[in-house]
Amino acid sequence: MDLSLLVWGDAGWSDEMLRGALMTLAVATAAYAFSILVGSLFAACKLSSWLILRLLADVYTTVVRGIPELLIIYLVFFGGGVLLRSVASGIFGFEGYIDPPLFVTGLVCIGVSAGAYNTEVIRGAVQAVPRGQIEAAKAIGMSTGQRFWRVLLPQTARYALPGLGNVWQLTLKETSLISVIGLVEIMRQAAVAAGSTKEPFTFYLVAAVLYLGLTSLSNQGFRRAEVWANRGVRYG
Amino acid sequence: MNWGLMSEALYQLRGGVPKTLMLVSVSLALGFVVAVGLAQMRLSKNRALSALASGYVYIFRSTPLLVQIFLIYYGSGQFRPFLQDIGLWVFFREPYFCAILALMLNTGAYTSEIIRGGIQSVPFGEVEAGRAIGMSRFQLFRRVVFPQAIRQALPAYGNEVILMVKSSSLASTITILEVTGIAKKIIAATFQPVEVFIIAGGIYLTINFNVTLLIRRAERRLNPQFYRDRSARAAAKTEKPADALVH
Repeated sequence: MDLSLLVWGDAGWSDEMLRGALMTLAVATAAYAFSILVGSLFAACKLSSWLILRLLADVYTTVVRGIPELLIIYLVFFGGGVLLRSVASGIFGFEGYIDPPLFVTGLVCIGVSAGAYNTEVIRGAVQAVPRGQIEAAKAIGMSTGQRFWRVLLPQTARYALPGLGNVWQLTLKETSLISVIGLVEIMRQAAVAAGSTKEPFTFYLVAAVLYLGLTSLSNQGFRRAEVWANRGVRYG
Repeated sequence: MNWGLMSEALYQLRGGVPKTLMLVSVSLALGFVVAVGLAQMRLSKNRALSALASGYVYIFRSTPLLVQIFLIYYGSGQFRPFLQDIGLWVFFREPYFCAILALMLNTGAYTSEIIRGGIQSVPFGEVEAGRAIGMSRFQLFRRVVFPQAIRQALPAYGNEVILMVKSSSLASTITILEVTGIAKKIIAATFQPVEVFIIAGGIYLTINFNVTLLIRRAERRLNPQFYRDRSARAAAKTEKPADALVH
């Protein structure tokens, strides 16, 4: 192992690897926000009184949780390319090769996949709020919006927090898969560095350490958030 | 929909199923052994052993499987002269060996936590009772702790098996042509991702559906008292329960 490869600046790869880590963090954050949106939407479907919505949500969670993420990435990447090219040649008469934007592809794929897990987390959290509280809120004349903002949401958020933390960790790790289509995040950057220095072990080890750092830090964050969210809860 | 391509894809992708199943089953079997060892270490009174096991589990659960696979497959190339000297290079140059090693170490970490939960759910009084009648540590584990731990852990282990079926797709990144690898090849050649995705996705869903069924059957087999079917209940009504079964 040649540690001089890891100096900062043009001679070494530390700055490039760190930039890769920032990209991982960016795509993970964007995908996670998207997955919470998708998860809330499908959780609402699962709790709906309409059979068709419940079925739709069941199909979504079953299919997405049963199929490898890599396959979803290939579908969206190649499918997006085919779609873009047909739009480009059909409407703009452009006959070149276009790839779909990598960041957006990654965001959508990871977001849809994590969204299936978040659907279950959020559904469970909503169901954990005692029904009696909703009835009480109705009884004292709260509107639907007030019931949602004052009773349901604060408690759902608290119950969902541990599960959401798990899904965040999953999201963070899954972003490594986007490297297969070429987005320059930690894994891709490590592969580039490994290829040009012929030291694959060194750089994949650096990648592993970066992921370890990111997951450890965010675990700490979620633990604090849980303590904060449960500050008013008395145990025993 | 291009039906011709779909039937062609089905034909080709079917060829990848044995490889996917092989990767999953071999690494699950080996990973289970790793997991039982890790869980024992984790629960051991020896501080060093316990810390070693929790460090291992923490590292493997906090890094992506892809990094682990690349570290083993590409990373071993950095030590090629050394590995050749000690005669291990023949293994590390094989993508199958590397994929199974990575999957095994990875599932070992996750499964050890599942097993640890199962072991800890066994009431301590039963362990004490076993000790009191003079069972050796191995007998205690084999007869009292393990059978109950496995029952407790089974549902969570079923989820782990499904995750492994999905994870095995990462083997395609190191040139192994299992289902996902073949799917990518067909997509890149035909630019018809939807058709190929439907078939490949269908294959994975079928595998995972069968895994769910198998786990459910195993649960029933191991916990017959919770799952008496109608005929058994009818029989139980007419027959007097055997004395030995009454607690």
